[in-house]
Amino acid sequence: MTELPTTTTRKMGLVIDLDTCVGCHACVISCKGWNTENYGAPLSDQDAYGADPVGTFLNRVHSFEVQPVASPTQPNPAAQLIHFPKSCLHCEDAPCVTVCPTGASYKRVEDGIVLVNESDCIGCGLCAWSCPYGARELDLAAGVMKKCTLCVDRIYNENLPEVDRVPSCVRTCPAGARHFGDLGDPDSAVSQLVVERGGMDLMPEMGTKPVNKYLPPRPKDTLEDQVDILAPLLAPAIEDPGGFLGWLDKALDKLPGGNA
Amino acid sequence: MHPAPSVILFTTLSGLGFGLLAFLGLGYPGVTGWVAFVFYAIAYGLAVGGLLASTFHLGRPERALKAFGQWRTSWLSREGICAVAALLVMGLYAIGAVFFENHWPVLGMIGAGLSLGTVFTTSMIYTQLKTIPRWNMPLTPVMFLSFSLAGGALLAGQESLATWLLLTAAAIQLAYWWQGDKAFAASGTTMASATGLGGAGATLRAFEPPHTGSNYLLREFVHVVGRKHAQKLRAIALVIGFILPVLLLVLPVESTLVKHLMAALAVVAHMGGVAVSRWLFFAQAEHVVGLYYGKR
Repeated sequence: MTELPTTTTRKMGLVIDLDTCVGCHACVISCKGWNTENYGAPLSDQDAYGADPVGTFLNRVHSFEVQPVASPTQPNPAAQLIHFPKSCLHCEDAPCVTVCPTGASYKRVEDGIVLVNESDCIGCGLCAWSCPYGARELDLAAGVMKKCTLCVDRIYNENLPEVDRVPSCVRTCPAGARHFGDLGDPDSAVSQLVVERGGMDLMPEMGTKPVNKYLPPRPKDTLEDQVDILAPLLAPAIEDPGGFLGWLDKALDKLPGGNA
Repeated sequence: MHPAPSVILFTTLSGLGFGLLAFLGLGYPGVTGWVAFVFYAIAYGLAVGGLLASTFHLGRPERALKAFGQWRTSWLSREGICAVAALLVMGLYAIGAVFFENHWPVLGMIGAGLSLGTVFTTSMIYTQLKTIPRWNMPLTPVMFLSFSLAGGALLAGQESLATWLLLTAAAIQLAYWWQGDKAFAASGTTMASATGLGGAGATLRAFEPPHTGSNYLLREFVHVVGRKHAQKLRAIALVIGFILPVLLLVLPVESTLVKHLMAALAVVAHMGGVAVSRWLFFAQAEHVVGLYYGKR
């Protein structure tokens, strides 16, 4: 049923640290790998080795450039490059669920995960139209809608070692920029992280109430006066050269045209 | 948005078909027998043809019947139910008119209501989407209904009514364009709100897309080709869709044959104009997801 649950027992989701993400795309690849081999239809590619390759991905990493404004303390602030991973935000008020004509899209009461029952999906694409984040992609080979499942087949999977019972992207991230947990529990590690770092919603004006949170990048460090630690060692060894060169230096300085 | 031919055909044809069914249900014209048969054949051809065209954009059209289940939340589901109900009720009404030379007014009024309800629910599929500010306006259903009524009156041969309805629809079209052009800016969604980055006067720009190639999102939601001709296409839609049909209706003609030919030409011109307007409806609609790509 495409009516949204009024409350969910838990709000499982991701916290993505934009300060830490290095833009390596490892999460993109591990997501594609895990979700092609496991839950649901594989994430297909079309023309994979041709001139115009396209494919289905549940997680994509964008990059943005921020040029901060000059301030008295930082007259020439450096631009920041921010890598921005984006996947389903498992919204509390998920428009993709209510628009579904067949009931294939649903939000689970027990953990708040938004899923697609692929055998009921007619591939009308309306859920992807209703999602402001571009989290849903219609698979061209299977003709059904694909989206992040929060690796629902990993997080409760007792056949996996406990350390692996997190979404594939979180397990893979070499920078530790992705965190997984219950955002409905104010005492959970992820909720604490959000409070501490001022976690934010994407497009809050859309009223989707996303569960996933993004931690804003910290401003770049201010540079100390002395940047080059080798500079003192490389200073000219002789301040006042004597001998013939010393006489020549002084003689040339006295000629009209000023000191060199 | 990608202007898929299937959805343009669907909204254009079924809008006209259900518009004609609404007029037939209300008894304008109150035809019976063979004449009624021709009118209903045209109406059903357009309405059902449009609905069939809409299934071509489905990934799994063989499962289309599943779409009737979620009327409590889904406008697409409501539309499906409304369309089938309208076609069934108007089918019974048509049987009365064609075979029994009889009009059952209550049935006709219910059928007319359901027919216009189908057009309204179709328009709400687009109107409900906050992600596409140009569609997320009260003028969207008003425009769909005004087009359907004008086209229906034209097909039903209600000349004087059609003239006024065409002029009204043209005015609503202009208002829709005027408001729609400001809708994205008015929605308040920007790259800064999409990413939470920038702030305090900083310059934010999309530096690098996730992939060098295209993808489903860009194909479906970011359509830039052809937008450059938008103003010309608007003029074409307005002239052939509304002004030309009105001129053809009001020109005084003696001969009945010429009058019929001109009415047929008016219908064809109107359909062409509505199709162009619908193409623009999709092609000019900008989805907020484009902001993540630095595109509109």
